[in-house]
Amino acid sequence: MSKRSWPLWEVFIRSKNGLHHKHVGSLHATDSQMALENARDVYTRRNEGISIWVVESKSITASDPAQGEELFEPAADKIYRHPTFYKLPDEVKHI
Amino acid sequence: MNTTELERDFQNKIDNEIRIEPKDWMPDNYRQTLIRQISQHAHSEIVGMLPEGNWITRAPSLRRKVALLAKVQDEAGHGLYLYSATETLGIERDETIEDLNSGKAKYSSIFNYPTLTWADIGAIGWLVDGAAIMNQVPLCRCSYGPYARAMVRVCKEESFHQRQGYEIMLTLCRGSEAQKNMAQDALNRWWWPALMMFGPSDSDSPHTAQSMKWKIKRFTNDELRQKFVDITSPQADFLGISIPDDNLKWNEDEGHYDFGEPAWEEFYDVIRGNGPCNAERLNARKKAYNEGSWVREAALAYAKKKSNSENLVQVA
Ligand SMILES: [Fe+2]
Ligand SMILES: [Fe+2]
Repeated sequence: MSKRSWPLWEVFIRSKNGLHHKHVGSLHATDSQMALENARDVYTRRNEGISIWVVESKSITASDPAQGEELFEPAADKIYRHPTFYKLPDEVKHI
Repeated sequence: MNTTELERDFQNKIDNEIRIEPKDWMPDNYRQTLIRQISQHAHSEIVGMLPEGNWITRAPSLRRKVALLAKVQDEAGHGLYLYSATETLGIERDETIEDLNSGKAKYSSIFNYPTLTWADIGAIGWLVDGAAIMNQVPLCRCSYGPYARAMVRVCKEESFHQRQGYEIMLTLCRGSEAQKNMAQDALNRWWWPALMMFGPSDSDSPHTAQSMKWKIKRFTNDELRQKFVDITSPQADFLGISIPDDNLKWNEDEGHYDFGEPAWEEFYDVIRGNGPCNAERLNARKKAYNEGSWVREAALAYAKKKSNSENLVQVA
């Protein structure tokens, strides 16, 4: 008996219109159709969603946590990108 | 960074309540501890379907039947969330399942007891799911992200399990004398195994300190067991049946119930494979796995054939 396992899929669910699809977990399925059907049974038994995306896990490219500093640190000292950087007198309203 | 620095950074994150995610560096022992704990937890959800599945076709009403079906289906879901979380630690699903089938991996010893009467379904929901909730709620804050997130989903679903169980007990206890006796008998048989679900006493639990330091565990076994007894005793009083422990009594000074010591020899004996249903449970799992193998094969073959013919269409 061969031991080929079913591919792994990541599941994303939109809980209601107006919201993003959000990652909820993963599952195994032989193809995208089966992944959708399984995602429905595993992740939406209590009206958690109105729309499902499934993506084969191997198709996702992820950033490496070890490179976290070089990727995300440069944003940390750019405080002028935030509205609170600009000091205005209290008399100025609605801004 | 060398290993000492990595370990220091890792522990710093844990101390500051920053979750560990799959691709983050982690000590090998942390990974191995989690693989063992999460996969055992997953196996428990899956094997846990067997004692309850035993009563689905004999549920006393359609209302009880749909509830029990939904509960058992939830447990399958819990198993899947947890197998997925295990896989994020770099172990294949097949390998995890093989460890269960070969007897290498353990599952909660509670599921090696038989469900003899309908009242057992009530007692399981009330006590076994009740104890599981007590264990699982703190795990929602476990330091490992995927495990914690799986636990949040699981805990949301568990509450109905416990309530439907208690409702069954309540109905029996407000019914005929024979029904009330049946409920009492179920409590007598499930009480001690339920207390053992929290694991050995702290003094015999060598890994607790490390797991607490890593914030995999937030409370010790004895702390959780005490909480469970404190919450459950008044619920038994309300049912009008008695917990089979002569030492159980409210301790005004402590603000807790005193209670007796579980029979730990029995606990270790069941873990060693000598419980009333160990062989039956494992055989049922292996049978399902082996007899399902042609389905797994056929589904793969079908998917392959379909993708081949889609590719042909695209080429043409
Ligand atoms: Fe569960
Ligand atoms: Fe449950």
